Amino acid sequence: MTTDLPSALSLDPFIVGVILAMAAVTVLTKVGGIWLVRRVDLSERLEAGLSVLPGAIVIAILGPELAAGGPAEWGAAGLVLLVMWRTENILLALIAGVVGVVAFRAVV
Amino acid sequence: MDADADTRPVASESTRDADDSAATGSPDSESDEQRPLEAEPTETETAGDLEPAAESVSFTWAGVRTGFLTCVPVALGVGGYGIAFGVLANQAGLSVAEATLMSATVLAGAAQIVAVELWADPLPVGAIIATVFAINLRYSLMGAALQPWFKHLSPAKIYGSLYMMADENWALTMRDLKSGSGRGAFLLGSGIAIWVFWVGATIVGALAGGVIGDPAQYGADFILTAVFVALAAELWEGHSSLVPWVVALGTAVLAAEYLPGRWYILLGGLVAATVEVIRYDD
Repeated sequence: MTTDLPSALSLDPFIVGVILAMAAVTVLTKVGGIWLVRRVDLSERLEAGLSVLPGAIVIAILGPELAAGGPAEWGAAGLVLLVMWRTENILLALIAGVVGVVAFRAVV
Repeated sequence: MDADADTRPVASESTRDADDSAATGSPDSESDEQRPLEAEPTETETAGDLEPAAESVSFTWAGVRTGFLTCVPVALGVGGYGIAFGVLANQAGLSVAEATLMSATVLAGAAQIVAVELWADPLPVGAIIATVFAINLRYSLMGAALQPWFKHLSPAKIYGSLYMMADENWALTMRDLKSGSGRGAFLLGSGIAIWVFWVGATIVGALAGGVIGDPAQYGADFILTAVFVALAAELWEGHSSLVPWVVALGTAVLAAEYLPGRWYILLGGLVAATVEVIRYDD
């Protein structure tokens, strides 16, 4: 993949359409709650269900991905977790993970 | 882009003076409500509202400014994800312009990163849109939580501000409003800070992604996994996350085995949410 100007600036109409559709459903979720709350009383039960969605989806992505990996990826994932835990610095954690995976792959 | 255009008419509409910084100006009686000392006793009679702090909500430039400045350190952290998103978007085959457009219009970190993970050659449009919607459903709850304060604002201000809502600036805004600041424009100001850093970092990341070359050689193929591990660490809420996460994990691993495409992602999330709804005890 090159970074020459024309390709960097290219906008595929179909992809733009998909992006705008993503934006539309996102706006719907952002304004929908306050719109709805005047009309319907959301039960705490439903709220609890919705609030676990982001974390659950992230785990649903990670699970099969890590399962398909090997010891190098597992070790690096542990490293990211460790750095996040200790520093709460995202960039640092990502760098540790990438450096870690390269190092582990060289060893394993 | 269009969100930026929103800010001008909305903010310039409020001719009122700054509520906190420039308290010296505006001798007219209209500005009374902005002064905390007078506002508290006089405004209490207006309604039987739930939140006493919500009764003197203003929408001023000073509020936008305070929100922006308060959020800058947080927005720097958001920029870290933005760079990662740009690199991933580039690897997925999006142009710099397309990645930038996505960050500018969608403005939802986790959802965008997941969308790029789903990006493939025939584009699974249905799965992408449905997954983005599911991940962002939490924004409905977050937006609804602003209602006690936002009901005092005009629809244009409410919906213009909500467009700029992300996890980070929502949390800052709730803290600010609960303290009784009455700064209705805080969400907008802090959202602008998020927007600027998120879009700027996306451009940097997307340009850098093109230079990286063979991703695996530098472990760049692992960035996405690393991003999700980091996201998981942030989303972990302790004990209460355990059951939904185990359910999501089990469902996703099984579904990935037996179902085509990436539907296991959405399925894992939905089954976990359903289990949470069932086992919730009040």
